[in-house]
Amino acid sequence: MTKLDSKIPEGPLETKWTHYKSTIPLVNPSNKRSMEVIIVGSGLAGASAASSLAELGYQVKCFCFQDSPRRAHSIAAQGGINAAKNYQNDGDSTFRLFYDTVKGGDYRSREGNVYRLAEVSANIIDQCVAQGVPFAREYGGYLSNRSFGGTQVQRTFYAAGQTGQQLLLGAYSGLERQVGLGTVKMYSRHEMLEIVVIDGKARGIIARDLISGKLERHFGHAVLLCSGGYGNVFYLSTNAMGSNVTAAWKAHRRGALFGNPCFTQIHPTCIPVSGDHQSKLTLMSESLRNDGRIWVPKKKDDSRKPVDIPEEERDYYLERRYPAFGNLVPRDVASRAAKERCDAGYGVGTSKMAVYLDFAFNTLRYGKVEANKRSIHNPSQEELKKLGQEVIKEKYGNLFEMYEKITGENPYEMPMRIYPAVHYTMGGLWVDYELMTTVPGLYSLGEANFSDHGANRLGASALMQGLADGYFVIPYTIGSYLSKDISTKAIPTDHAAFMDAEKNAQERLDKLMNIKGTKSADHFHKKLGKVMWDKCGMARNEKGLTEAISEIRAIREEFWKDLRIPGTQNELNTELEKAGRVADFLELGELMCQDALLRKESCGGHFREESQTPDGEAKRDDDNFSYVAAWEFKDAGKWELHKEELIFDIVHPTQRSYK
Amino acid sequence: MNLTLKIWRQKNAKEAGNLVTYQVKDISEDMSFLEMFDVLNEQLVHKGEEPIAFDHDCREGICGMCSMFINGRAHGPAQGTTTCQLHMRKFKDGDTIVVEPWRARAFPVVKDLIVDRSAFDRVISSGGFISVNTGNAKDANNIPVPKQDADNAFAAAACIGCGACVAACKNSSAMLFVSAKVSQLALLPQGAIERESRVLNMVKQMDEEGFGNCTNTYACEAECPKEISVENIARMNREYLRANLK
Repeated sequence: MTKLDSKIPEGPLETKWTHYKSTIPLVNPSNKRSMEVIIVGSGLAGASAASSLAELGYQVKCFCFQDSPRRAHSIAAQGGINAAKNYQNDGDSTFRLFYDTVKGGDYRSREGNVYRLAEVSANIIDQCVAQGVPFAREYGGYLSNRSFGGTQVQRTFYAAGQTGQQLLLGAYSGLERQVGLGTVKMYSRHEMLEIVVIDGKARGIIARDLISGKLERHFGHAVLLCSGGYGNVFYLSTNAMGSNVTAAWKAHRRGALFGNPCFTQIHPTCIPVSGDHQSKLTLMSESLRNDGRIWVPKKKDDSRKPVDIPEEERDYYLERRYPAFGNLVPRDVASRAAKERCDAGYGVGTSKMAVYLDFAFNTLRYGKVEANKRSIHNPSQEELKKLGQEVIKEKYGNLFEMYEKITGENPYEMPMRIYPAVHYTMGGLWVDYELMTTVPGLYSLGEANFSDHGANRLGASALMQGLADGYFVIPYTIGSYLSKDISTKAIPTDHAAFMDAEKNAQERLDKLMNIKGTKSADHFHKKLGKVMWDKCGMARNEKGLTEAISEIRAIREEFWKDLRIPGTQNELNTELEKAGRVADFLELGELMCQDALLRKESCGGHFREESQTPDGEAKRDDDNFSYVAAWEFKDAGKWELHKEELIFDIVHPTQRSYK
Repeated sequence: MNLTLKIWRQKNAKEAGNLVTYQVKDISEDMSFLEMFDVLNEQLVHKGEEPIAFDHDCREGICGMCSMFINGRAHGPAQGTTTCQLHMRKFKDGDTIVVEPWRARAFPVVKDLIVDRSAFDRVISSGGFISVNTGNAKDANNIPVPKQDADNAFAAAACIGCGACVAACKNSSAMLFVSAKVSQLALLPQGAIERESRVLNMVKQMDEEGFGNCTNTYACEAECPKEISVENIARMNREYLRANLK
């Protein structure tokens, strides 16, 4: 049995990281130049790690399946990035960011990791500004902040509704600079299909060139998986179409434990599903909850237009239930509250599975401020509305446009209709404090690992974690491993382990191509997604999860009998790419249900109907479930559970309250 | 709605391609253009034919991966819209729609509607950055930036690198793409130090990649899904002149 050692350094919480950094062994510059690091994924975590390690002198090879590293799905993050800068003088501090994150994660994350995250958060903003990331600024030229859910300070830095894009392009520019210098070799349109393990250590990967279809062997002294989350197991999610679990899953099958797979974030504000044709769901940033008020009619099946429903007949249910945090409760809480209202019959829109996100109130409020600024006395309602809309446009313009393009409705005039959708996965490869998985030399960064968000991630913390891992954690922690490896020469890729791994990957491709059945990969993906959403989605129970497991097994069996992939494998074949990813999702989906079934408590985004407080809040069971569930792969459909006990020295877990 | 599609099929970079006609039925107006393609591809797979290869990923208009030339226009008929955000309500029942890949010497076709845009990455790696190593930065608020400059830099930085500007230009010029990055960094104090070398290197790389020259038709601005302004081209020309005079 693998022993789980989180390797949290000894000593007081505040000095763990400083002490660790000043005592880890180092690799001298000339040795760094002869060491190779493979990075899979080029999003915030991958690109920042690639450039930072290359700057230190390591030889880096970076892989992505898209046509350019700039396309990674970090680009779609909208609202912002948290940092404990306290620029607003509103009482923020490293400790408060740490505390909010542990509480927001419903006490299912590690204190040591989270404190380090909060500690390096301020450096991230400095680094990004130095790179030329155009964050929003005030008239005095200083950086602007806004609020996000689960906090009572303004610590979120942003670039309109395109923060992820700007941060990723910053990291990408750093990466491309190293490509130009020859220290990073970029492999676009490549997909990792196997991890190569030699003498128990990760030593390389097998990747498929997606244009020629050829398998390639690549050696690395260490391998970093920065391949993002697995929300697409639900088919419909806010993830990009290509987002997948394949790299992480191959690592899992090679011995890396998978932590808390059932911890999924359902984001409260997304554009509702409009029909069977739908291929993905679109997020409307949480930042909109700064200025948008969420409500449903007090009367069931109220068919009036929202603007015709008078104030007193509206139920601002978040403000009603959670007066302290109001519309800015954490995502899990807001999502469940929307589901509760819709299930009770108060939903709006044609499907009745939506709630309103309304900007009218704050548009007028901004209008008044603007009128004062411009010395307009006694402005009319229309003038106020116009002035307010200008402010709203500056803050969220691109989001409003996106909403209009997708729905055909103008959100400046009508409230948006929104509903929760799968957005992020807190679970992922189990890693220790050094971000190393249970396979020595194999690391996992960003959303691909499980480490910092517990059972629920707070808004604007994913960008923070991805960049923290890549810029400020891995450059130190990787030295602790590589310093012991300086005498290892590059292993030739005709080594038996490379041949075996390649053979494995090849056999899998052959197997997929040779099914020659009748149904497309999407067909099976949609079926899997429906089971996951219905039975392992926003609310879960023992009966549903048990059913889901046998249903997923049946889909998996059918997949391997009846899949059809046209074309050949020695060319660009998008159906083959999809099929490989769906095959992995079909195994992961079962593990998620197993994990959810075992965790009989509710916590964060994991809501077991059997475990709730009288007023319908998630009820944790710390006596029995205060641990990380880390699963070891044995065989398809068979896993062994390992537990990492969570120890809280500083924060005392209590029933989370946002009331 | 029912539609006739004429779509460019090309097996790989070496073989010649041609337009092939397909029919799709019962397309809902709420579908995105790419979801309409999903329907067509599902039909093709069902018949055992190879589906149409096209680039796409985020499907929310920000990754810049989708790239279809629809009825003679980059990303189709809607203003300021990527192909993935183009919805079928912009078309009518019975329409015939012609779909081609981006056409430019610097963007060779890989397969069907997929082209190779790695030239853009090489332009960025020639100078589209600020040379700051991780860990060197000072406190972010020690570099105040006038709001107007920050806003202008942001407007230029909104470029998604899709290549519509190149596809729309009769000269296949990449001036809008390159100038957006040059502008963003030239407008910020952080970018001032490498201002001259950046513009010289990026323009040199742009020319080596085989992009054409700018003749000020502004087709790039008209077709840009992020509505990046041609003012950036003017700014880059000034930057280039300034760097050459130094």
